[in-house]
Amino acid sequence: MDMKRSYYEDIELFKSGTILFWSIIFLLALFTFPLYTSDYSIYLMSLIMVYVIVSVGLNILVGSTGQISLGHAGFFAIGAYATVLLMTHLQVPFFVAIIAAAFIAAFFGFILGLPALRLEGPYLTIATLAFGLAIMHVIGHTEIFGGRQGLIAPELDLGIKQLGLNFVISTVTQKYYLVLGFTIVMVLFAINILKTKPGRAFVAIRDSDIAAEVIGINLTIYKTLSFAVSAFYAGIAGGLFAFVLGFFDPFTFNLILSIIFIVMIVVGGLGSVMGSISGAALITYLMYDLFKNVDEAPFIGPLFLSFSERWMTITGMDNFNYIALGLVMIGIMLFEPLGLFGAWIRIKKYWKTWPF
Amino acid sequence: MPLGQLLIDGLAMGACYGLFGLAVVIIYKTSEVLNFAAGETAMVSTFVAYHVMVFYGYSFWVAFVVALIFVAILGVAIEYFFLRPAKNPTLLGLIVITIGAQMLLMGLASWKWGAEQKQFNIPFSYKVTHEPIPGFIISEWAIAVFVAAAVVMVFLYFFFQHTKLGTAMRATQQNKHAAKIMGIKTDRVFAFSWAFSSIIGAVAAMLLSAKNILDPGFMMESFLRAFASAVLGGLMSIPGVLIGGFIMGLIENFFGYLLPAWKPITAFVVIVLVLCIRPSGLFAKHWVKKV
Repeated sequence: MDMKRSYYEDIELFKSGTILFWSIIFLLALFTFPLYTSDYSIYLMSLIMVYVIVSVGLNILVGSTGQISLGHAGFFAIGAYATVLLMTHLQVPFFVAIIAAAFIAAFFGFILGLPALRLEGPYLTIATLAFGLAIMHVIGHTEIFGGRQGLIAPELDLGIKQLGLNFVISTVTQKYYLVLGFTIVMVLFAINILKTKPGRAFVAIRDSDIAAEVIGINLTIYKTLSFAVSAFYAGIAGGLFAFVLGFFDPFTFNLILSIIFIVMIVVGGLGSVMGSISGAALITYLMYDLFKNVDEAPFIGPLFLSFSERWMTITGMDNFNYIALGLVMIGIMLFEPLGLFGAWIRIKKYWKTWPF
Repeated sequence: MPLGQLLIDGLAMGACYGLFGLAVVIIYKTSEVLNFAAGETAMVSTFVAYHVMVFYGYSFWVAFVVALIFVAILGVAIEYFFLRPAKNPTLLGLIVITIGAQMLLMGLASWKWGAEQKQFNIPFSYKVTHEPIPGFIISEWAIAVFVAAAVVMVFLYFFFQHTKLGTAMRATQQNKHAAKIMGIKTDRVFAFSWAFSSIIGAVAAMLLSAKNILDPGFMMESFLRAFASAVLGGLMSIPGVLIGGFIMGLIENFFGYLLPAWKPITAFVVIVLVLCIRPSGLFAKHWVKKV
């Protein structure tokens, strides 16, 4: 139904006036969000946007290039630790530190991309999984990384201390705007990269790596590039995550987090930027808000409590989070394998062609 | 610690990983599903055995049989309700479904039994030791592990080579559609392979929890090691998995003795290095994709 008549139509950012209009409305809503909500909602929104950055990056790797990574929490951790350590030990300004951290993460992504050239399917899964675990243990056992106690993020100074320019931000709202700025830039970058030569090469590799090689795509360069770009996103997100949370330890970045990143993009829709945004927002909201406080819900809460008391244990009630998340994952895969984005496409098609 | 004991402990741990790796491989061989829920299925069955022993006061062997029946039903249920309805799933889609089942089971188990650690006792304690050859101390637990691994291996050999169902499973693995045409009910074969795999996994999990502790997360790390040893063995050959498990256990025990802090990851680093050299594991023929 989306027939394209020229190359320009394929690469333009906003396909139609309607999309432009709603995008502007959406951005206005995001920018005015702190005016009419509580501090907790603003904090949750910042967290959602951090995860949006990770899942947009992961979707470039998994959805567009067709590689599997169960080790993205490792890149996320590298971003967080590198940003904080560069700022505290070397007094590097924030913006330089976060970009340097992202490049460090991208370098590790490149390293992980090298074995990925020869591995596929289950073998690639175990290799990336091992990478994530290794990063977690290295961080947990090394003194400079704060060991098991974790690190406390320093004061967030956006200026350059050496030149006497100080611009300290501390409130939740200020951090929200910082994260929002980064998210918009990173999402636009992702939308655009998929329409450039590397982006097209990624998609060709996903569809058939042999055919891609035959038409002249260098697999070595583009597969490692895909890992590096994806790790770069996770690194930026990690740096922001450190300041949104203020405190983190190695166990924040465990295997479950890597799995949750995969869940976000699968629920949202593989290979689509809008899908990763909606998936990340939905899963983060479910995990950190709705399912966490299920016992305080108006009608279900007391019922739930008495059921736990009679048949289960009260202490284990927080694990309802996992049960619900598992059901969401299975349900999406069984009933809507293309995720939220697939559902959106179906609804749109239905209304556009309505009487037929 | 003497060399002999490191060797025996490593081999015993390796046999556990190998046994558990078999659970992963049986499913992968028949249906090409990477079962991430294997660890949690086995964990739930161990809790069922614990429940039967502690709350109802039955002996270990009754609990053992009850847990095995329970886990076979659970495995078939996962296959029937979660995997069978999936339409044309991709590899990633199947992984996501099994991870979903894993989280579901982990949540249910920690909701039901709480997160505190429990002691799971089986008749074969690792504290009771024998010393048949001077320097080689072997515990009853290790003997039980070796016996269980040997019994399962012999059973699987006869099952796959000399029974109708085993032949049907091999046929399904080779070509699902051809097997269907030959009159094999492949869906039923999948259900059976899930039941078998869950039973083997449950045996391995009970042995592992007798050595360590019992809590809802105890199979997570062990599952990853078992999965890694299965990958090392090539994911396709059944003796290869056991050998992969032995290698894994030995590496982990020796490095764990030399560098205790790095014990959890040495095995994984080795696996990645091995995979860089032999991309399909040690004992599988590398399958080159043809156009």
